[in-house]
Amino acid sequence: MNLILISALWGIVMMFSGLFIANKSTAKTIAVVGALVLLAGNLFDLSGKMIIDSNFNGMLQYDKFGLLFLTVIVLALLFYFLLSGKAIQEVGNHSYEYFALMFFIMSGIGLVALFNNLLILFIGIEIVSIPLYILTGADKKNLKGNEAALKYFLMGAFSTGIMLMGIAFLYGATGSFQVDKLNLTANDNFTIFLVIGVVMIMISLAFKVSAAPFHFWTPDVYDGAPTVFTSFMASIVKAAVFIGFLNLFMNGFGTITGKWQLSIAIITALTLFIGNITAVYQQSVKRMLAYSSIAQAGFMMFAIFAVNDMSKQGLLLYAAAYCLATIGIFAVLVKMKDFTIEGFNGLAKKEPLIALVVTVCFLSLAGIPLTAGFFAKYFVLAAAIKTGTYLWLVIFAVLMAAVSVYYYFRVIQAMYFKEGNSEMAETSSGFKGLLVAVAVLIILLGVAPNLLLNWLILY
Amino acid sequence: MTALLLILIPLIGGFTAFFIKEEKLVKMWSLAVAFASLAVMSYGLLFAYNLDNKVFVAEWLPQFGSSFALLMDGVSSLLCLLTVVAYPIIFASTWKSKYTAPNSFYGLMLLTQAGILGVFLAADGLLFYFFWELALIPVYFLCSKWGGEKRIAVTFKFFIYTFVGSLLMLVGLIYLYYQTADASFSMQSLYEVKLTVTQQAWLFWLFFIAFAVKMPVFPFHTWQPDTYEQSPTAVTMVLSALMVKMGLFAVVRWLIPLFPAGALMFDNVVIGLSVVGMVYASVLAMQQDDLKRLVAYSSIAHIGLMSAALFVNNESGMQGAMIQFFSHGVNVLGMWIVVELIERQFGTRKMSELGGIAQKAPALAILLVVVALANVALPLTNAFVGEFLMFNGLFKFNIWYAAVGGLSIILSAVYTLRMIQKVFFGNENAVTVNTTEINWYEKTSLVVIVAAIFIMGIYPKPVFALVQETVTMILGIFK
Repeated sequence: MNLILISALWGIVMMFSGLFIANKSTAKTIAVVGALVLLAGNLFDLSGKMIIDSNFNGMLQYDKFGLLFLTVIVLALLFYFLLSGKAIQEVGNHSYEYFALMFFIMSGIGLVALFNNLLILFIGIEIVSIPLYILTGADKKNLKGNEAALKYFLMGAFSTGIMLMGIAFLYGATGSFQVDKLNLTANDNFTIFLVIGVVMIMISLAFKVSAAPFHFWTPDVYDGAPTVFTSFMASIVKAAVFIGFLNLFMNGFGTITGKWQLSIAIITALTLFIGNITAVYQQSVKRMLAYSSIAQAGFMMFAIFAVNDMSKQGLLLYAAAYCLATIGIFAVLVKMKDFTIEGFNGLAKKEPLIALVVTVCFLSLAGIPLTAGFFAKYFVLAAAIKTGTYLWLVIFAVLMAAVSVYYYFRVIQAMYFKEGNSEMAETSSGFKGLLVAVAVLIILLGVAPNLLLNWLILY
Repeated sequence: MTALLLILIPLIGGFTAFFIKEEKLVKMWSLAVAFASLAVMSYGLLFAYNLDNKVFVAEWLPQFGSSFALLMDGVSSLLCLLTVVAYPIIFASTWKSKYTAPNSFYGLMLLTQAGILGVFLAADGLLFYFFWELALIPVYFLCSKWGGEKRIAVTFKFFIYTFVGSLLMLVGLIYLYYQTADASFSMQSLYEVKLTVTQQAWLFWLFFIAFAVKMPVFPFHTWQPDTYEQSPTAVTMVLSALMVKMGLFAVVRWLIPLFPAGALMFDNVVIGLSVVGMVYASVLAMQQDDLKRLVAYSSIAHIGLMSAALFVNNESGMQGAMIQFFSHGVNVLGMWIVVELIERQFGTRKMSELGGIAQKAPALAILLVVVALANVALPLTNAFVGEFLMFNGLFKFNIWYAAVGGLSIILSAVYTLRMIQKVFFGNENAVTVNTTEINWYEKTSLVVIVAAIFIMGIYPKPVFALVQETVTMILGIFK
């Protein structure tokens, strides 16, 4: 509860500071302080000390997994602000408002992670989505950005409508909005209402996490939005929607896996295929990362597919690994002059440290051992193998992971083995230090994932 | 303790090497690290070959049934020995080669050593997978950065091939993990899993493809000649003397004990592919003009024989294959050293451009002839012991495999002797007229190899004693 409250309040604080403080660069400082306060609030949440100690008639549930997940998200936000705060200020004239919108999104993420009522899920998703439409079009003079924002808004609104419809059908079938009171059992007579309800909710959530075949908005939006905000959307927001997805399917529909598992398996396979194969053909790193984020979503879908204890561990670790790597890469990408892969040619000679960190991030995305990405993939695949069914899907997934190596390594090759003169904006030593911290965290989680997972299992 | 030190020394040494910018200093440092590993291994093998030193277990991921467990036994000890012997020789014989950014080069070389030793030692499924992939990453950077003209594409192909293989193995490994009684990755628990024949059959292939790519067995070999050709020779030595042994070793330690029924079911397929590969590679070796490609193809032929012999399910074949692990490592190292010396001096590896080197560099020529004869497995050389036993095993399994495989021996004599003739004898030409003799440390490296060839050829008993443990274990499993 602390996190939801504080982030909403801090968003308002940010907005008003914009009115009274003329200096643009104070925004980053206030935002970083805000992220720290959020972290503190979340830690109090975890230890059970809340400002308003109520679950609102069971509409929220403070389970450890959700709260721990929020810790990861808030930490990612902190890194994001520290690394990219300056770039956010440079997007346009309304730097305070950008930060404010992101705090509102955090509030929505809190709801999505802790909901126990379908309406809360709906409200949470909406709070996450609407500020994103604005952020996508934040660079007003950029036509591509405007187009992306409009596209995103129209498609997003449509999918939200589908979700609401699905919730209504589900309510009609079960008579409850409460996830833990849906009481679905595999032997039920499946009324058409229930089927339509589940399918519609599945579709809309798949849209939000950009799973194929509902992914078409992703490349355009990620490519059109200002690069710093793409980083935010592709990492923090995407991971956060997944936890809502998992919570609903685990706690609400976990008893009827047989009815929907095949659909999720097909969505997973399609997502992996389309994301990976299309990413191979991209010349722009930014667009490649957009498709790669679809591909990564395919791996995260395994957690939803499996809905068992390994899913939770897998998704938690995946969120951490994926957010760290994505934020790290985008922080560097923002500083690059040329977003094509050739733009990275010879970076290792000019900026050996930055090149090394970017390499670690890409290795992590590819899932090479000794990086967090390996264990992230390991746990989601293990979750799927544990179900004992659909092994073809797992084998298909690892083949697709091999494809992903192809396009991730192209950037590494450009940096290390190709001659070139990649141009990059000046970077401070603080920025480099933070990047190194990201790389160290990735490797630390790659050697000892139980540093994070123990919190889930033991406490 | 020995087991742990073997990984730690090159690991720490490798990371330190990155910070030594001075070229001479980093070379000396790497050589010192390599000798330190050799010293630790020799001490462990000669004076402290007991359970305390052979086994190391530390907690890693207790909730997920994986621990940092190392085990040095039988064939694993032999391959560790090969690794620590090879590294000083590699560093000494390439002492004169110049590399840009030598600190990174030597750092990555030592990290590779740590990874390879990790593969040979790991006694935990997940840890094994970890090292299996880790050994590949520094090699990827070594080949891509310091290799020949086509290095980037070639190395990438190599990387993707092996990566696909290992990922398939990962799926199999996780599946196997869920079948264990105590949810553990430890080698013992994995060995004890009871699988149906169908399960064994497809798990066998998930694992075998990973190993077959690494060895490489026909038809998974297409990455190999290009990669050997394009890599800097020091890396080629690591690849062909040590890394290919990872695949063969994995068959012995993991594949056959885990899926004996699968191995019996597909023995004809594997042996058939291997034998076809032997003849095919030998024929191709005869066509080559480039020395590196010649050695690369000849290596495929030798590896094919070893992989065939591992599946014949009799003592002779097993023993021969394991001894050959070591002999092949030593011999191919000798071949590469010669290639490296020739390329450095004359700037070409083409046999058609060389000739008459023996007149000015008799020491080099003599040493090469010995290495070459070992490559043909002449009696008194180490390779004879292994090849004889392997063919004996193959003969017992099925006479036709032995007959067809035997062709490759004849062919190997053809291309090896032709190489000696073209490169060392005949008339001098413009390229080779200014030949100079090799210097003392290059001589020493080669003498060490020649000595190893003869000692093992005449008195192979210590090696037999070392691998017998593994041979007995595997034959026991088949019964």
